[in-house]
Order: sequence, then structure tokens, then C-alpha cells
Amino acid sequence: MRSRKTPLLMILTFILGASLLFAAAGDGLWMTKVPDKQRSRDNPFDGRADAIAAGAKLFRQNCATCHGGEATGMENRPSLHSERIRAATPGELEWLLKNGSMKNGMPSWSRLPEQQRWQIVAFLKSLQ
Amino acid sequence: MFCCKLKTLGLLVCVAGVLAVPSCAMAQGNYFVTYTHHMEEPGNLEFAAKSVTGFPRAGNAFWGNAIEMEYGVKTWWTSELYLDSQTTANESSVFTGFRLENRVRPLLQEHWINPVLYVEFEDINSADKALLEVVGHDGVADFLGRNDRSEKKREVELKLILSSNFKGWNLAENMTAEKNMAGDPWEFGYAVAVSRPLSLAASPRECRFCRENFTMGAELYGGLGDRYSFGLHDTSHYLAPTMAFHLPSGPTFSVSPAAGLNRNSHGFLLRFGVAYEINQVVSRLRGK
Repeated sequence: MRSRKTPLLMILTFILGASLLFAAAGDGLWMTKVPDKQRSRDNPFDGRADAIAAGAKLFRQNCATCHGGEATGMENRPSLHSERIRAATPGELEWLLKNGSMKNGMPSWSRLPEQQRWQIVAFLKSLQ
Repeated sequence: MFCCKLKTLGLLVCVAGVLAVPSCAMAQGNYFVTYTHHMEEPGNLEFAAKSVTGFPRAGNAFWGNAIEMEYGVKTWWTSELYLDSQTTANESSVFTGFRLENRVRPLLQEHWINPVLYVEFEDINSADKALLEVVGHDGVADFLGRNDRSEKKREVELKLILSSNFKGWNLAENMTAEKNMAGDPWEFGYAVAVSRPLSLAASPRECRFCRENFTMGAELYGGLGDRYSFGLHDTSHYLAPTMAFHLPSGPTFSVSPAAGLNRNSHGFLLRFGVAYEINQVVSRLRGK
């Protein structure tokens, strides 16, 4: 009898653990995964008006359908006018664009060249 | 006559309706045969037509076509349906079957090499000329007979996709294993591709013909025999430059002239593709 219950308990524990992990991931857990070296990287386009304009264009083309044209979020997709984005370093944001947060529905944008990801970061920082 | 005009008008209205829906600026796919680790964004639906034209010396010219519907189920899972057809000069136009494929990305972060697992089921017939992959001892000889749909091919195809991005370049390698479930041996093939946008940084102005919207590259693909005769003997191989033009908020056009590298290959193949991506299609259907 005991041996029958043990696998069931293990499965329930796994499901509960996985749910908690996913819930935590939706709460900015991705930031803990960013390597220190990446975290401290500077945006090569920092403060450049042309990069912000290019980033705005890339945002409209690639991000606005989920995050909204004004980056205020849509449905369950988060607003980018948030404390988390404000507090994130440019390196952390570039890492998020490159890797995504796939468990939470944020796709990887590694198909965009690194320069274009930095241009989007310049635009996001200009929103704050 | 009037009926035909009505059908044409209906088709134009449908096309206009689809084009009126905002699309992603850069639909997937710089290649025709090789897959990368880039998945469809979740909730997006991409329609694509991939065609190939060949002119075998000892046979009739043909136009193989595959209509592709690709849906992003999850960030790490993309599903596709292909409908294949072909037209052969002096013969006929025939529907040749369908393919269902799924691609899954097991590692959820970017690495130097990003693997993707690919499984496809094909239910096509012997008249298929879509040439979406080259495996086993596929070659120009398969295209010389008259259109014959008598042989059903129910095949399972597995691919290991490895893909990397480095300084704006994409490098992708595919290893293919395919088996006809009627009992034929496993057949093998390969595809390698490299590509890069003409400009890595985006222009600050809205423009259709900016360099960042063009991607150039090359593909190399071919067969590797089967389980009992693995190797390059009696196989066909192609080298093909590729060019893609991503129209901002519109379709992606791609073209690839392929040169056969040995006697078993077609001397020349011309591939052309157009793809259009509809963002968040389920949300749109729900009216959100």
C-alpha cells in the first residue's frame, strides 16, 4: 500500500514544485540567470538619438503586438513601463532579448543581430 | 466566365484581407532546405509558399510547390502543415500529399550551438516534386518518368538541427534520417547553411529597401545514402546562394538558384518563396 502512494506523492510534489518554480520565473527570476559579465555590459548605443529611433522602429515591428504600441502591455503580457525594467541594467535587458524567458512565453530574439537588440534596449531605457 | 470573375474577385478580397492584418516585420526563414533554431513566435501563424523549378535535360520541366502553415504553439515548440503539389510541362498538375512537422527546442537559453529536435510525418505520393529535402539516393532520375501517383509514401523524418548565431552570422547544420514505413531502409541526408543581414544595425528611418531588410547566404545540401549503402555514392548534392528580402510589416520574399554538384543532381534548380506572418492569430479570432 505504501509503495503505491509513494510515486503519487512524488508526482504531486514535482507538479507543485514545478508550478512554484514557473510562478517564480514569471516574477523576474530571469534576472537571476544573467551572468555577471553580461550584467555589467554597457549599451554601445547609449543615449544616441538615432539608436533610440531605430529601437522604436524595431519595437513596433517585433514587440508591439504583444507589449502594445505604447509598451504598456496587453492581456497577460507585461507593461515595459515598470520598476523592473527601470532597475534593470542595459546588459540584463539585452540578455533577456537574446535568451527570452521561454517558460513565461517571452521568445528569444536571437535572430535579431546584437546591434539591433542594443537599439531596442536604448529605446526601452528612453521610456523610463 | 462570370463565375471565374467572381472567384478571382473573391480571391483578391481574401488576399487583401490577409494583407490588411498587421504582420511581423521579419517572417521566418532565410533558407529553403535548412532549418535554424529560430522558432515561430507563440500565437503567430505564418503562411508560406515554397516553390522549386527544374529543367531536367532528359525530362519535362517541372514546378514543385509547397504551401506551408507554421504556428508557434509555445516559445519552444513550432508546428507546421505542408500541402504539396506540382505541375510538369506537357503532363499534368497534381496534388501530391501533405506533411505534418513539429520542432522542439530542448534548451531554453541561447548557447554556442542550439539543438532543435524535428519530427515529421509525410503522406505523399511518388509524383511529389517539392524537393523540401534531399535524402538517400534521391536524384534527377526520379524526375524523368511521367507523373505517377500510384506509389504512396508514408514516411517519418527525423532531423537534428544545430544552429548558432555569431556576430550577425547564422550557421545551421541539419542531419536528416527518413524512413518509408512500408519497410524501406532508413535514408540519410544533410544540409548546411550560413547567412547574414547586409546591415547589423537598423536604420532610424522607416524604409523598405534598407540594407537591414536583406539577408544573403548560401546552402549546401544532399543525400548520404541509406542504411545499407551509407556514403556519397549515387547521391545528389546542391550548392545554393540564398537571398531574402523582409518587407517591413509585410511579406518576406526569398530566392535561391541551386547548382547541382554531380551527375545525379539536377543541373540547375530555381527556388522562390514568399512568406507572410499573422501575429497573435488566436487573440484576433477571439476579438481581443
